[in-house]
Amino acid sequence: MRYSGFKVFTEGLTGNKGWKPVWRDPEPKSEYDIVLIGGGGHGLSTAYYLAKNHGLKNIAVLEKGYIGSGNIGRNTTIVRANYFLPGNSEFYSHSLKLWENLEAELNYNVMHSQRGLINLFHSDGQRDAFARRGNAMINQGDDAILLDREGVRQHLPYLDFDNIRFPVYGALFHPRGGTARHDAVAWGYARGADMRGVDLIQNCEVTGIDIEGGQVRGVRTSRGVIRAKKVAMVAAGRSGQVAAMAGMRLPIESHILQAFVTEGLKPVIHHVVSFGMGHFYISQSDKGGLVFGGDLDFYSSYAQRGNLPMKEHVMEAAMTLMPMIGKARVLRSWGGVMDMSPDGSPIIDKTHIDGLFVNCGWNYGGFKAVPASGWAYAHLIATGEPHETAKRYRLDRFRTGRGIMDEEGTGSQHNLH
Amino acid sequence: MRIAGKGLIDTSKTVSFSFDGRRIEGAEGDTVTSALLANDIRLVARSFKYHRPRGILTAGSEEPNALVTTGSGAGAEPNVRATMVEIHEGLEVKSQNRWPSLGFDVLSVNDLAAPFFGAGFYYKTFMWPGALWEKLYEPLIRRAAGLGALSGDNNEDRYERAYAFCDLLVIGAGPAGLMAALTAARAGADVILADEDSRMGGRLLAECEEIDGKPGHIWAAEAVAELAGMENVRLMPRTTVTGAYDQGTYGALERVGLHKAADGHLPRECFWRIVARRSILAAGALERPIAFPDNDRPGIMNAGAVRAYLNRWGVAAGKRVAVYGNNDGAHQTARDLMDAGVEVAAVIDSRKDASVALDAPVITGGRVIATSGRLGLEEITVATGSGQERLKVDCLAVSGGWNPTVHLACHMNGRPVWDEAIQSFVPKAGMIPGMEAAGAANGVFSTAGCLADGAKAGEAAAADLGKKASKTKMPKASDSAYRLEPLWVVEGKGRQWLDFQNDVTVKDVRLAAKENYRSVEHMKRYTTQGMAPDQGKNSNVGALAVLADATGRGIPETGTTTYRPPFVPVSIAAMGAGAQGKGFAPQRFTTSHAASVERGAPMIEAGMWYRPSYFPRPGEKTWRQACDREVTMVREAVGICDVSTLGKIDVQGPDAAAFLDFVYTNTMSTLPVGKVRYGLMLREDGHVMDDGTCARFGEGHFVITTTTAAAALVMRHLEFVAQGLRPDLDVQLVSVTEQWAQFGVVGPKSRDLLNDLLDAPISDETLPYMGHQAAQVMGVRGRLFRISFSGEHAYELAVPARFGEALYRVLVARAEMLGGGAYGMEALNVLRIEKGHITHAEIHGRTTAFDIGFDKMISRKKDCVGQKMAAREGMVEESREQLVGLKPVGAVKQLTAGAHIFVEDAQAKRENDQGYVTSVCYSPTVQSFLGLGFLKNGRARYGERVRLVDHLRGVEAVCEVVNPVFFDPEGGRLRG
Amino acid sequence: MRVVCPHCGERDRREFTYQGAAEILDRPAPEVENDAWADYLHLRENPAGETRDMWYHDPCGAWIVMHRDTVSHAVHGGELASEVRK
Ligand SMILES: Cc1cc2nc3c(=O)[nH]c(=O)nc-3n(C[C@H](O)[C@H](O)[C@H](O)COP(=O)(O)OP(=O)(O)OC[C@H]3O[C@@H](n4cnc5c(N)ncnc54)[C@H](O)[C@@H]3O)c2cc1C
Ligand SMILES: [Zn+2]
Repeated sequence: MRYSGFKVFTEGLTGNKGWKPVWRDPEPKSEYDIVLIGGGGHGLSTAYYLAKNHGLKNIAVLEKGYIGSGNIGRNTTIVRANYFLPGNSEFYSHSLKLWENLEAELNYNVMHSQRGLINLFHSDGQRDAFARRGNAMINQGDDAILLDREGVRQHLPYLDFDNIRFPVYGALFHPRGGTARHDAVAWGYARGADMRGVDLIQNCEVTGIDIEGGQVRGVRTSRGVIRAKKVAMVAAGRSGQVAAMAGMRLPIESHILQAFVTEGLKPVIHHVVSFGMGHFYISQSDKGGLVFGGDLDFYSSYAQRGNLPMKEHVMEAAMTLMPMIGKARVLRSWGGVMDMSPDGSPIIDKTHIDGLFVNCGWNYGGFKAVPASGWAYAHLIATGEPHETAKRYRLDRFRTGRGIMDEEGTGSQHNLH
Repeated sequence: MRIAGKGLIDTSKTVSFSFDGRRIEGAEGDTVTSALLANDIRLVARSFKYHRPRGILTAGSEEPNALVTTGSGAGAEPNVRATMVEIHEGLEVKSQNRWPSLGFDVLSVNDLAAPFFGAGFYYKTFMWPGALWEKLYEPLIRRAAGLGALSGDNNEDRYERAYAFCDLLVIGAGPAGLMAALTAARAGADVILADEDSRMGGRLLAECEEIDGKPGHIWAAEAVAELAGMENVRLMPRTTVTGAYDQGTYGALERVGLHKAADGHLPRECFWRIVARRSILAAGALERPIAFPDNDRPGIMNAGAVRAYLNRWGVAAGKRVAVYGNNDGAHQTARDLMDAGVEVAAVIDSRKDASVALDAPVITGGRVIATSGRLGLEEITVATGSGQERLKVDCLAVSGGWNPTVHLACHMNGRPVWDEAIQSFVPKAGMIPGMEAAGAANGVFSTAGCLADGAKAGEAAAADLGKKASKTKMPKASDSAYRLEPLWVVEGKGRQWLDFQNDVTVKDVRLAAKENYRSVEHMKRYTTQGMAPDQGKNSNVGALAVLADATGRGIPETGTTTYRPPFVPVSIAAMGAGAQGKGFAPQRFTTSHAASVERGAPMIEAGMWYRPSYFPRPGEKTWRQACDREVTMVREAVGICDVSTLGKIDVQGPDAAAFLDFVYTNTMSTLPVGKVRYGLMLREDGHVMDDGTCARFGEGHFVITTTTAAAALVMRHLEFVAQGLRPDLDVQLVSVTEQWAQFGVVGPKSRDLLNDLLDAPISDETLPYMGHQAAQVMGVRGRLFRISFSGEHAYELAVPARFGEALYRVLVARAEMLGGGAYGMEALNVLRIEKGHITHAEIHGRTTAFDIGFDKMISRKKDCVGQKMAAREGMVEESREQLVGLKPVGAVKQLTAGAHIFVEDAQAKRENDQGYVTSVCYSPTVQSFLGLGFLKNGRARYGERVRLVDHLRGVEAVCEVVNPVFFDPEGGRLRG
Repeated sequence: MRVVCPHCGERDRREFTYQGAAEILDRPAPEVENDAWADYLHLRENPAGETRDMWYHDPCGAWIVMHRDTVSHAVHGGELASEVRK
């Protein structure tokens, strides 16, 4: 069923009786060509592009909960292409281009809103680091503008510009950066994949991976054994557990990241604003809630919930630079399980087991990667070769020391990002 | 309408406030809603999506409709629950989300378009043309959405945070909470009793019930008085416990000054972190509405709220009231109203077999199938067994049953369990370690039952805490059973509203199910059911029932959505109190701070410290002029610079040398006593972590320095190595950064200056380059190091911090006499770039020793942190970006750090990127701009011409790649 | 969240710095080959449930091997790293 304004109109006139299910609920078959473990953003987009770009049909996405129950439905929805290390630059640049056409591609309104991302800085040293980044973005063909203090003031008059500790010196402005509606991204890809014949199997937890003679044979699940020629792991925060089923350890630690939303308010914040020194970033949803977040809670966790110290820290950061939002009230807070990699960059690769693939290490930035990750992972699974934009996301980079992508410069060992 | 003689407040004391500019008179003790109802005002708000007229549903913090803005200007608070606002003289209250007025709201046309605005309609449209999303559709949606508005002004009010610890936290001061607190406190437990109401007593304040033969509110007052008199009890009224966290930590929000006019002194709110060994959840229950057609008109209220307004505030919510329910509790509403002389038009009980002992028209098996009244209820239509009946009423009191307030119990991911008898969810034991539920929160709905359940929980908590509770004498109270027959939806013409706030209807939930958004989470996210400010407190259970029905599953099978903190919304200002202005991160000042400020130096932050950027002198118009002068001054005479901010760590013990060999790449065990060595530290991942100096004071005594920003990090790292990796080594570490004030005395005249001050003069023989010694400075014992960051003949002189300021002033004065003076960070930076020394601009976390040309410093003769990983093939490849100097070819206006480097005639795009510039300066010494940067295979490319491109600042420059040491590469000046 | 320091007792989480799995204490000898070294530094069990991980108590300077649960967030207690390694 095609969605359109006209369809909404005619359905409205006829009592909205004609809407069809967005996806089927098929019973799992006993065998697939490709089984994807994890129905999050990356799993769903991978399934979609496997079907769309590579014409493959016999595919299942196995999801232990409901489609989109993981981080895809918990993030703060920021979409940007402002990386500066080779490897990341081209990948996120590709992703943003895919975002820019995603509504038309999926015939689903994911509300991708290019309202502009503003990264504040507070010293000359930070300005230079941002300049290096911004120039890399332009070298990549993306957009960046270095704003001075007055330039920032024009966009964000409400900041505490003269904060003693963090005076605003300027900002890196990325006009094509913005947000999107997270659930809609999952649902849009899910619907697109389902329409192309992919079986989306919900409430189906993978509990084992069968391997014979170095070759993957299938998976065991809460809904029975499913044989498969290829198995692709896309379990984000749960990657460690899933890989363990194949006897693998991954360079991943799972951490908790919290996020917050306030009650609905009339529009006040028109961009995505990031106060990196305070680990604080914020945007306003179309519904009016201020959506914001901060740093990891900083202890490994699978609990999908966080604690007060980080909550208070995030609120403190808000009050430091944006005392204008003090009287907004936080309505809800939640947490997601982050697949943190040593260098803060992801992994899209084969494993040493034939037919078993791995996609993980998205840290706190995997939402914006959903289109390009699916694209590249599908390419790898279908052709056996890494996609042009993702060929640096190798698992062996920690062994070779080649192509480590530590954007933050905090290190390439655990717990530094 | 106020009823004389009813209520617990003193209506003779009038208080006036304004609502949308109109003056309203209420009484002391009124909330905004009780006062509005007393003045017969029912229309209070407009709904979120369709701008439907909305009134008051509840009398508590769960209120979904009556959200208002209080105050004005910077003090304006949007989205305040009018039910929770205690009125005070001069209070300003405004309705929200309407234009131009509450009575006439233009956007109520949305309601007409409702057929097109069903659940999730926006996912299916607004897609074409793509560019219109940001320009047209989204701005329209954004403008229409949102509820209240922030003022846009910076917060000016005071907020606070505080911490409390106790044995037992009792959440809620109704009959169960009071009994629990009394029982545990009498047993000697240290108890905090928190309740969000201004007055403790819970439902006892809202009902006409007797306990021990006296009115329930009197019994409550006596219990509160007893608790207040006990030293081991803290009462926290107006305090909502907002979240349950790990290890018995609870968040709580206290409304400290919100019930008074802001006076600047009293904080508005205080956010508490309470750590409790045990807790009792006695938060009561919330009544739930019934989804019948057009059930959202102002005047349609929860029955329990109607009783609360009557019994506590003496206010009848209508003149002619009908009561509609599926349980016996609803009858009490009719009884109380009639006792107060209010006309009850009908009691409609959905149960066919209900027995209603009331002197009012009763319709059993009845259903309300329609309502009318544009801005407030005027009439209802009731389907009776035999036909339809229309009743003129201005208030309909509805009860669909009660839901235990289980929220806090679920904050740690525990799921409540379905209780068939009460048709609702109740907490299960152990959902929050240390927490027990009691009373209505536990699904116990009679007063006697609540008292007993509270006492039991109090006893159990006391016993857990090792206290023995004496046998509690149970007060006598009513023990009427709670009987209900589930009633979720009443079919009929017109929309049945579930989530009043987000305008979600039964039809929306059914559409979600039809479109296969069947998981309860999908339904929630697709319809936005339960995502409004009340987080579904009023509507979730009802919506679940509708979904369960639509998908052919049971309610328990359908499951609940996740309960998340906070229980009620918490202002950012309260939770982040203390940070506004300068509280967020510390500011650290050196001993020379005042002296620098006196000299007019702009102070800039450096790793939490503040350091002078430059020292302007009369006639100098720009920072560059000052900086150039300071650099020249250092190169030609002598400059003084406070370097105390560098981290200093004292390392002692028999194995100190072995330890340092392990943490530095180079060897420190061979360093003679009295000597200093430059040292490089790696992270275990093989990248450079930090650099600094290491001075040996004795066989087992060293003092090492770190960079300013990395001081804490390095300390933690060294402790990790000492305790975690090498506990075999006997070594002790202590940070002495703050104990010593240390000053650079730098330049050709540095020794002359020092020799005037030192008790014993120095010479090249007694203190050669890279030597150090104890020194007496004007009678004060200090330490003198001959080290240099600038390439000049230089020293660092350290004295105990209490002498720092005095010494700095003396040093600067002496330097000025020698043609020198103080210099700041700008000059320091130029001096080090001229010399090719690196700082955090170069050691930015991604560089290896190889990259900066220091790979020879990694000794192969011993193990050290990072050695193995630094040797990985990819870490030592020629193609890596290596540190180089960049010197302009011909005249350039500017070099910029952050520019990228390209082969001279290559196009500036990623594929051609050769590296980037990290530091730049104008060097008055070399009389040129200079740059440091990283260039692929850079050390092999000295002499090559490259192009620096900075798109952002529009700067391009052609440079020659050179050795990064621009000045005095032989180092003659250091030793001279 | 409250964390236990063997020296100082139960303290607020804000007083601690976290440093990941206690696997980091099993540092190989320098002669062990590079790949095994890289695996030591990067690969993790990353358990859902009981774990042992490293916490630094800033006020007293103790490195602690904490026994915790990554699912329930229960903190069972900790030992000084220096004791564990002995
Ligand atoms: C609070 C927060 C804020 C964030 N903000 C941003 C942001 O602003 N911008 C951005 O780009 N990124 C952001 N992210 C990161 C982003 O959300 C994630 O990186 C990304 O969603 C991860 O990929 P995914 O969608 O595939 O993961 P998920 O949605 O987590 O998908 C993994 C799926 O695998 C399933 N699964 C796991 N184990 C099994 C099993 N054994 N069997 C079957 N299924 C299994 C899970 O149930 C889950 O549905 C944020 C994350 C969080 C938590
Ligand atoms: Zn301690």
